[in-house]
Amino acid sequence: MSSPSRLAGIAILALAVALPFVPGVPAYWITVASYIAMAAIVALGIAVLTGVAGVVSFGQAMFVGFGAYTTAILTTRYGWSPAATLPVAMLIAGALAWGIGAITLRLKGHYLPVATIAWNISFFYLAGSLDFFRRFDGISGIPPISLLGFSVSDGVRFYFLALGLLVLAYVLTRNLLDSRVGRAMRSLRGGALAAESFGIDTGRARILAFVYAGVLAAVSGWLYAHFQRAINPTPFGITVSIDYLLMAVAGGVGHLGGAILGAGLVTVVRDKLQDLLPALLGTQGNFETIVFGIVLILILQFAPEGLWPHLRRRFASKPRRAPPGADDAPASRRRTLPGPGETVLAVSGLRKTFGGLVAVNDVSFTVQAGEIVGLIGPNGAGKSTSFNLITGVLPASGGEIALGLQPISGWPARRIARLGVARTFQHVKLVHGMSVIDNVALGRHLLGHASAVRGALRLDRAEEAAIFAEAHRQLARVGLADHADAVASELALGQQRLVEIARALCLDPVLLLLDEPAAGLRHSEKVALADLLRKVRDSGVSILLVEHDMDFVMGLTDRLVVMNFGAQLAQGRPAEIQQNPAVLEAYLGSAA
Amino acid sequence: MDLSIGLILIQDGVTNAAIYALLALALVLVFTVTRVIFVPVGEFVSFGALTLAAFEAGKVPGTVSLLLVLGIAGALGRLWTERQSLSGRMLATIAVETIVVPALIAALVTWLAPHKPPQIVQVLLALLVVAPMGVYVYESVFRPIAEASVLVLLIVSVALHIALVGLALVFFGAEGSRTTALSDASFTLGSLFITGQSLAVLGLTLVLILALYVFFDRTLIGKALRATAVNRVGARLVGISPAFSGRIAFALAGIIGALGGILVSPLTTIYYDTGFIIGLKGFVAAIIGGLVSYPLAAGAAILVGVIESFASFWASELKEVIVFMIIVPILLVRSYGTQVLEDEE
Repeated sequence: MSSPSRLAGIAILALAVALPFVPGVPAYWITVASYIAMAAIVALGIAVLTGVAGVVSFGQAMFVGFGAYTTAILTTRYGWSPAATLPVAMLIAGALAWGIGAITLRLKGHYLPVATIAWNISFFYLAGSLDFFRRFDGISGIPPISLLGFSVSDGVRFYFLALGLLVLAYVLTRNLLDSRVGRAMRSLRGGALAAESFGIDTGRARILAFVYAGVLAAVSGWLYAHFQRAINPTPFGITVSIDYLLMAVAGGVGHLGGAILGAGLVTVVRDKLQDLLPALLGTQGNFETIVFGIVLILILQFAPEGLWPHLRRRFASKPRRAPPGADDAPASRRRTLPGPGETVLAVSGLRKTFGGLVAVNDVSFTVQAGEIVGLIGPNGAGKSTSFNLITGVLPASGGEIALGLQPISGWPARRIARLGVARTFQHVKLVHGMSVIDNVALGRHLLGHASAVRGALRLDRAEEAAIFAEAHRQLARVGLADHADAVASELALGQQRLVEIARALCLDPVLLLLDEPAAGLRHSEKVALADLLRKVRDSGVSILLVEHDMDFVMGLTDRLVVMNFGAQLAQGRPAEIQQNPAVLEAYLGSAA
Repeated sequence: MDLSIGLILIQDGVTNAAIYALLALALVLVFTVTRVIFVPVGEFVSFGALTLAAFEAGKVPGTVSLLLVLGIAGALGRLWTERQSLSGRMLATIAVETIVVPALIAALVTWLAPHKPPQIVQVLLALLVVAPMGVYVYESVFRPIAEASVLVLLIVSVALHIALVGLALVFFGAEGSRTTALSDASFTLGSLFITGQSLAVLGLTLVLILALYVFFDRTLIGKALRATAVNRVGARLVGISPAFSGRIAFALAGIIGALGGILVSPLTTIYYDTGFIIGLKGFVAAIIGGLVSYPLAAGAAILVGVIESFASFWASELKEVIVFMIIVPILLVRSYGTQVLEDEE
């Protein structure tokens, strides 16, 4: 975090701490501030879940309910002390989030939020109709929290507890997002395909985000139950879930500061509207939902990024990370590359059909160690499809693919990546809004081991330094060292392709698959790229590339495979291919 | 439980299912044409039912004011989306469509309501008041962000839902209403007591489904909507305006929602927020149909209705839980069925 915004953060925290000591501050303000802190903890979870991992949940109030009911039942019925129920509440919410996530999160796009609506409504009615939850009457007589013999019974003490937990949640969340696992979560927004191709288990990353958000919600619920001293299903219904989502979106989804800002705004505005609107309309009711609904619609129509980015622009941000020296980090370990002459990739009889369309038809070729092979052919020849088959993005309809001696047909993309297969994409797939260097570091995902917990607790710094040293090294190799801290999506298209190559090199690949790497590059950049690829080859890495720029291909590759209409047309050295009549006809039409 | 109870439960279930099927069709229609998951379809159910109830009581329904308000919102939405190409003619069209038409409807309704016209006129008036709201909602809320992702559209849709529920509370108050049956005929078939209302519900549903089929299969506008559903860009290239398709889709959803409310209100008391739960059941059916298949959604609606009916007999308190949890095994099958890595938009 840059220093001006860090200073602003510390100033706001100092104000929050000083609030109860300011003479004349009404006790009611402290109560509202406590509600803000509790809501902000939930909203932080949504920032991770929705803003970072791209998973929309309309069910966060349900997880708040899990936490609240867990502690309510344990303290009132079994005499547990409130301090002891917090870990249990987190555990139960986490386990339920994992279970629900395992069922729900595999769903594509819109099914997932829809399913969370169903879960939340079911929980609401379940709690409202089972004796175990005391039905809609709810559970009362919940004791106040006491920590180490210190009773948190008055408003100010509770406020400090809630504030403390909020600060803790903020710091842990920030650390988590700045770690290897956090980068994996952030990569979900760049599309599952690219993430999986670098060995990231996107399903797991989504579940992790879901569990994390669920656990944070449970902490808030635990606080809520002991603050209210009585609970019923209403504050855990779908409408409240929508309020939490509104907080995150209004503040700026994906920004941790935005989540807290949104929680504050929504809580204060609701408090005011609940007094104002019934008086204005002359009847009682929850009319603030009208205003909230309309505000949420307007935000998404006119400022979908929320308030936070506008606010932050006022405290001009500087680059977030000082680049570590590329040389002072320990040298990264290297894969043992196959010796010259060994077969790295063997494809035989490869076939792919989409319904009646045969996209790839009986294609066979090999790539030897330390060789650059070009896969060429007119548009629609099946080149990119072949790439997707080799990297496991698409399942083949027939044929065999082997890496070295290991058959990999039917393997998922991330397992193939583990063997040292790295790729770039025809349509660049970088994570928008993430810095260039973080994007490149994604390529290093498989070579790190730090868990989410280590990341959140900052026990992963040595590994992170090594990852970033390597990322900087590869970025320098493609000539973009100066752009490390730029936002990836703001680079020119050709530069984005180079970032993809740096990311692929970060995987320490045995085989590099490049899909149109030279498209969008200027002549001098193409020359530099060809030089780089030769150096990569000379270091023992094999390269398979699809490219339309024939000068580039002919000058660079050792061998060519020509495809047309899904079928293999010819194979051979570039000079031979240039003379091949079948190839000439495919490219230029019949000479006759 | 014996056979006769079973038959009664099935009859109840199928009657409710018909209404869920209607809503499911509306949801599939709106989703395929505009990619909006139209959560507020349930509010149209409430609006339809409560509007009819007001007519029965000889009162001017609160939806009339709501119609005027939404008309103004629609005007603002259109002014915003078409701000590049505004002309005097365009302004006049917008004024007529969003201000004059609702005003005329309001005048007509205010004049007729105290006279307690015959039931069929009341039903038509209720549709006349509620259906245009679908169009205004589209113009003001969804059209300005027509190109946003499905997820953003869904959040907006849910936001619209909570706003409309709040407005329904303002305009209708917290009391519930029940309308008189469309038909009070009844007869027994063996041991089964069949009400005219059930038959009216089933009959009207079938007629509406048939009408939709003819509309989509035989009319140019219907075909244009189908083209938009299959490929928005392609439809645009051959001159089908997405805004036009969107308006038609939302108008149809408004009519279907309101009609669902009119059909269900003699069967159960409708409060300002009842429509949401009814709409969600249609939603469960639409989801089972993958949000794209009309026949699957209609079939799933029958499943939802019958399961609900039996659940309310065996475990009445848990019936909502059971109905909404039907979705889980279905989604499980869906998610394990498809394993292809695919990037979402």
